[in-house]
Amino acid sequence: MSLISLSIITLFLPLIGFTVLIFFGKRFEKIYLFEVGILFAALIISILIAYFKLTAYINQDLIFAFTWIDFGVTPLIGEFSIDLGIKIDNITVLMLFVVNLISFLVHLYSIEYMKGDIRFTRYFAYLGIFTFSMLGIVLTHNILMMFMFWELVGLSSYLLIGFWYEKDSASDAGKKAFLVNRVGDIGMLIGILILFTNYHTFTFDEIYAQIAVGNLPFDSYAWLTASGILIFMGAVGKSAQFPLHVWLPDAMEGPTPVSALIHAATMVAAGVYLLVRIFVMLTADAMLVIAVIGAITALVSATIALTQNDIKKVLAYSTVSQLGYMVLSIGIGAYAFAFFHLMTHAFFKACLFLGSGSVIHAMHHEQDIREMGGLKKKLPITYYTFLISSLAISGVPLFSGFLSKDGILAGSLAFGNLTGHWLLPIIGFTVALMTAFYMFRLVLVTFHGKPRNQEKFDHAHESPKAMTIPLITLAALSIFIFYTPNPFNSEAGWVLSDWIRTPEQVVPNEVRFDFMKSDAATGQSEITHSQMYTDAAHHAHYPAMILSLVLAGIGILIAFMMYVWGKIDSEKLKTKYNSLYKFSLNKWYIDEFYDASFIAGTHKSAKILAWFDYNVVDGIVNGTAALGRFVSMLSGWFDTYVVDGLVNFFALLNGFLGLSLRRIQTGKVQTYVVFVVFSLLVLMFFFRPF
Amino acid sequence: MEGFPIISLITFIPVIGMLVILFLPKEKVQNIKITALAATLIQLVLSVILMANYNYSAGGIFEESSFQFIDKFRWINIEGLSWIGTVKIDYFMGVDGISMPMVLLTSIISVIACISSWNISKSLKGYFALFLLLDTGMMGVFVSLDFFLFYVFWELMLLPMYFLIGIWGGPRKEYAAIKFFLYTLLGSIFILIVMLGLYFSAMEILPDGQRVFTFNILTMMDQSNYTQDGILSPFNPNNWRMLAYIALFIGFAIKIPMFPFHTWLPDAHVEAPTPISVILAGVLLKMGTYGILRISYPIFPDITRELAWYIALFGAVNIIYGAFVALAQKDFKKLIAYSSVSHMGYVLLGMASLTTAGINGAILQMFNHGTITAMLFLIVGVVYDRAHTRGLNDFGGLASQMPVYTGFVTVAFFAAIGLPSLSGFISEALVFIGAFHVESIRVITIISTLGILLGAGYMLWAMQRVFFGKLNEKWSGLQDLEMREYIMFIPLTIIIILLGVYPSLMLDVMNTSVNTLVDFVSTNFTNISLGGL
Amino acid sequence: MQVELTHFLVVSTLLFSMGVFAIVTRKNAILVLMGIELMLNAANINFVAFSKFGGFGLSGQVIALFVIILAAAEAAIALAIVLNIYKTFSNVNVDEINNLKE
Repeated sequence: MSLISLSIITLFLPLIGFTVLIFFGKRFEKIYLFEVGILFAALIISILIAYFKLTAYINQDLIFAFTWIDFGVTPLIGEFSIDLGIKIDNITVLMLFVVNLISFLVHLYSIEYMKGDIRFTRYFAYLGIFTFSMLGIVLTHNILMMFMFWELVGLSSYLLIGFWYEKDSASDAGKKAFLVNRVGDIGMLIGILILFTNYHTFTFDEIYAQIAVGNLPFDSYAWLTASGILIFMGAVGKSAQFPLHVWLPDAMEGPTPVSALIHAATMVAAGVYLLVRIFVMLTADAMLVIAVIGAITALVSATIALTQNDIKKVLAYSTVSQLGYMVLSIGIGAYAFAFFHLMTHAFFKACLFLGSGSVIHAMHHEQDIREMGGLKKKLPITYYTFLISSLAISGVPLFSGFLSKDGILAGSLAFGNLTGHWLLPIIGFTVALMTAFYMFRLVLVTFHGKPRNQEKFDHAHESPKAMTIPLITLAALSIFIFYTPNPFNSEAGWVLSDWIRTPEQVVPNEVRFDFMKSDAATGQSEITHSQMYTDAAHHAHYPAMILSLVLAGIGILIAFMMYVWGKIDSEKLKTKYNSLYKFSLNKWYIDEFYDASFIAGTHKSAKILAWFDYNVVDGIVNGTAALGRFVSMLSGWFDTYVVDGLVNFFALLNGFLGLSLRRIQTGKVQTYVVFVVFSLLVLMFFFRPF
Repeated sequence: MEGFPIISLITFIPVIGMLVILFLPKEKVQNIKITALAATLIQLVLSVILMANYNYSAGGIFEESSFQFIDKFRWINIEGLSWIGTVKIDYFMGVDGISMPMVLLTSIISVIACISSWNISKSLKGYFALFLLLDTGMMGVFVSLDFFLFYVFWELMLLPMYFLIGIWGGPRKEYAAIKFFLYTLLGSIFILIVMLGLYFSAMEILPDGQRVFTFNILTMMDQSNYTQDGILSPFNPNNWRMLAYIALFIGFAIKIPMFPFHTWLPDAHVEAPTPISVILAGVLLKMGTYGILRISYPIFPDITRELAWYIALFGAVNIIYGAFVALAQKDFKKLIAYSSVSHMGYVLLGMASLTTAGINGAILQMFNHGTITAMLFLIVGVVYDRAHTRGLNDFGGLASQMPVYTGFVTVAFFAAIGLPSLSGFISEALVFIGAFHVESIRVITIISTLGILLGAGYMLWAMQRVFFGKLNEKWSGLQDLEMREYIMFIPLTIIIILLGVYPSLMLDVMNTSVNTLVDFVSTNFTNISLGGL
Repeated sequence: MQVELTHFLVVSTLLFSMGVFAIVTRKNAILVLMGIELMLNAANINFVAFSKFGGFGLSGQVIALFVIILAAAEAAIALAIVLNIYKTFSNVNVDEINNLKE
């Protein structure tokens, strides 16, 4: 069986699961096992695909496409059709594996976590349609299909965030997530339209082939940049980049396994995946915009994460921050590290979320870390997996996060060195410091110290196996050995040296960064970074590593000093920098700003327009009707009193005349004779000849 | 199919049903209903047969020979009138790729609406008789190729609609019915004037060599058939084609309904009984856009090119304005009504692009809007039947009480939002693809994309208010769907999903004709003076 | 004294006026009939006079004869009617015979 048909099977397996669960969920209680089984099958198949692709077809991309809509020969643009298809390259299979693995583990985990929920099978059905849509994004070979699955993950995200729709906050969050994503999607749609209008195809490869031969959108570099940035807007929405990041923390209203799967590991990474796909058509300007947005996101959310007290909110902001890193990484040209970080982050962040789910489960749906403490003893497995993942995200050596984040930081340093944008590496390192701090704040407050809520603490218990196995698996995947034999050099490993290769950019040399120019390439066809960039990254490698190690150490140290040793009083800091603390705690007031500006503005204009519609537009109609009625009343009056009045007047006149003339009609011949004679005499007088 | 008057049969089957109903005694309620259902079902079966025998590669539009299933004979023939000469009017029907989807839509929606009428209780006989008459009127509009015949059907449909709203409607039914009737009649007057103007401008050569004035739409599309001095003749340097186009457009725009002629719609919808709302939104609104494509575009290609920008502008205004006003509604049905205004804006935008993708998208959007909005109105009907209120804020938490219903609602709402894999997405995407392609309306298109955000906004908000949150205790007695409602929802859901996944089913039907139309509109009636307005 | 046209005319005028007077003032149907006779004969005098003085030949006298015959016939019929009226109404007062009125 070919890889293509295998991948089609993995794609549709979760959809089958969804359909079966939706239709038969009520009748069979245990049917959720079907969905879990299906996911297991999908996982096995994706491992097979990955294995064959990375061995037998490692240098070959497999493409399968068919015509979906055929417009024939059209008068304006000639032959024109819309294709759907699948493209399998190394990135695809890695992503396929990541998605299927985490999805399967989350399914497994949810069996226990969601036990007893009134819509238990529905939950699994939603997970199924999510997995289907996510796999669609991963497998597609064209941007329209990607957009379609993009929207579909939006739907499943909406359904799962609002899964407990009885809570207003949950349905609000679902709606917010969908709408905020739509804002980004509009940009993405326009970007797609720009590309389609110029190239008459949606297929990535065909678009890139056209750009490569110097065929620019509307013959201008600006439009190429614009299309890149507009498509990036889709990623801004989906990957929760500033300023559209507001939906992700709210999305934590959904069940925690969902947060792990969708809002940490896979769906939010789809934005980065999109950037990976369009990387080759990004101009220098577009890349700079992307890098800046990524840096801002990383910084803003890291500062917010410092002060949050909800265990899931901290993780949510940390997710946003890490996504900012990935986007930054694309922007500075560290393509491979962006994807690498996507993978490592998917594992350790899923582990963190599932771990937090385990804690929440144990604490009977308590999410406030101020109510926790000392859970280390009660939840040993959860604690150690959580710790491993926290070490990974903080960038401590021997763990996966160190490998990928270090690459990004080194890249940003090199970027700063080459282009003079020093602010980007500075932000990158600052965020690394903050990350280490807030993650260890979370670990220490939750698991160390004394229990703050004794009653809840006493009831806490370690989670069952179905929940701990996923934790252990994911924590294990956060260890360096799965990626590289040398824990200090990620590029020594198979992931970066063999599997992920930076593709050649197709944008004209004029609008590339100097270090991305193909004439500066080393000659190795797969590596498109110039010697310049490679050297710079090489030089930056050790300084970046040392710096990031030091910063991570400082961050962890501060956390210990604050929350374990008590050397620094956090309460004192709070009062001292109260306004800063409030600013961070209230998430920079961004939500409040949006509520007051866009949302209130929209509702206000809706109200005004509805008023306008009702009173002016319809008022004109009704006014016309009223005018018509007035005119008709007027003419009715005229008709009754003038036209008909005249008629009646003549009738009346005739009647009067008749009445008065009747007198002389006596019926007596003699009277008539008198009249005749008299008249004769009168006539004779008048017509007398003399 | 040769010689079998299938088109006429499709058109007049409901009238036959109506006659049967008129002869049935009033008390035989069940027989009346079954007769009506049978008539609409036969119509649907015939439409499906028509579709199955339809030749996808025939273009239609301006060529009589490439129209299919033509029924044509001399209908009215008066000879030797003083200065007009011979007056002849043809009975001329046929389908091409533009009308085929509409024929199918009309028959589907009629069946659904007929089922939906099952629990009408007030003077049933009259209701179903008028309902079937309405069905014939609508179908006739979509298959007529003679302007006079078209106009007859156009007017024929008005009368039953007036009574159906005015008698079986809600509390303000009289107001709504009269508003609907007068407003549409105003449009009809414009159409009538232009029809007469065209009649006295175009001449047809009969087989016996005689040149007579004609109402034949296809004849009016050929520049060479116009007289030298006709008031709407392109050869006349002082022709009134621009003015006529605008008048005709307003006539059709009222039916669409296009801003600012849309205010009859919310009133009519709110007052009309559910099945009539379904027909109104599902079929009637399409007659406006269909008329533009069938008549305005090919008869006035010159003006169409000239005014396309304005059409696109009005489309964008419809999209944005309708969405904003929908956002402010508190009545479920009014919200859906304004969403119709917004969605019909996409049709206008797609048509204005004058590209294959855009017009395909527009016609597909007509079909999809027909099915989706029909479903949305049925949804409102279901909840109104049970709760006797339509206030969005009166509900809450229905998702727990009526889970299956909520499932169908989710499909319909997301189809209206334009979620991929449901039909609404394809048509909206094609409209955007087509419209963006045209440089002059690109900015308008970009502004219009805001509509998909606002659309999601009001739909999801409505969804939240009605279905999410805690269940209002008042509604804890509401029943989930019953069999009859399943029968209405399931076919529509299947169509929505099927056309979302495999839109070629419908696109292939219309594509050849759309290509022909685009080609025709962009190449004919060139170098014509637009003098005299 | 030469008898001239004027004299005839004066006589006939007097006669005619008396006839009219009789018709207008009398209530008795017989007397009214007699008034009519007077008027007819006044006309006859005129005819004969104009026939003699006007140079019209004999036609005037012929018409006069014709009128006399007509008058005789008229008198006969009229008297018969009057007789019948008298039989029905027991009087011949023209004022009271108004059954056709109303």
